[in-house]
Amino acid sequence: MATAKKARAAKADTAVRVRRVRAADIPQVIGLDTRVTKLAKAEYWNDVFRRYGKQRLQERFFLVAEGRTDGADAHVLGFIIGEIRAWEFGSTPCGWVFALSVEPEMRLQSVATELFEAISNEFKKAGVSKMRTMVARDAQLPMLFFRSEGMMAGPYIQLEKDLD
Amino acid sequence: MRLQISTRLAIFAVLELTAREGRQLSVAEIGEKYGVSSHHLAKVMHVMGRAGLVRAVRGAGGGYQFAGNARRTTLLDVAQLFEELSSVEHDSGTAAATPEDQALREVLNEIDDIARATLGSITIATMRKLVDRRAAGGGQRSKTEMPGRRI
Repeated sequence: MATAKKARAAKADTAVRVRRVRAADIPQVIGLDTRVTKLAKAEYWNDVFRRYGKQRLQERFFLVAEGRTDGADAHVLGFIIGEIRAWEFGSTPCGWVFALSVEPEMRLQSVATELFEAISNEFKKAGVSKMRTMVARDAQLPMLFFRSEGMMAGPYIQLEKDLD
Repeated sequence: MRLQISTRLAIFAVLELTAREGRQLSVAEIGEKYGVSSHHLAKVMHVMGRAGLVRAVRGAGGGYQFAGNARRTTLLDVAQLFEELSSVEHDSGTAAATPEDQALREVLNEIDDIARATLGSITIATMRKLVDRRAAGGGQRSKTEMPGRRI
């Protein structure tokens, strides 16, 4: 079944389950990311899976949301990745979310909210009480989403410079 | 950052109107809560009406209803009806753009960019959540946690 068709079929069945990523999900993760960013980066995602899907799982969380279309054919509707980092920039341990993506046809169906809540719970279970992310100022969609989930500006300001 | 009184009133009015689905309030009812004159608030509502954010309901028991999409309308959409928030050239008062003047403009533009990004990232629906959380007595952010100095 084509990806868009699968997403539409999953839309009809709104049951979304969030679980840890599996190796078999990675081609779908790559496909979703390619559709959203228009940039295929299979090597990057395979490396992310190796680091965040298989190692130090007590502090690294690569979660996928799947929708069941016909009872057996699970399809990845979105994913979120984060980890607990400590002492960088002088910060006490906190959860960092560094990737979130949802199938465009499945947006406004609470898939991202399910993923966000799932990783929040994982962070809490792991013992941290704060989570952070970083969003480009002009990336309105993720900015609006994270704001709607209650995230506010934190105590850090990101700085950068052009290297001549 | 300071917002004009009209901007603040507009945001308060929209928050009142979106407190419940289809809520309808008169200018007098909103003005009473915030202690402002109906005359001033009527001007604010008129501006928002022209922008399509609110609609006037005529007749007995009339008033205003929110006419936008609370999940898509941001604080920036409301604020820029009443004040200049686009990229403005900061005028230091000197005719010639000296290096000092240019450097100061760069810093002030950075502040403006952050302010616009913040206002543009918070929808009316998100503001309602913040208001409801405050009303329930929660949502106080810790001011004690600051990043340590990395030496």
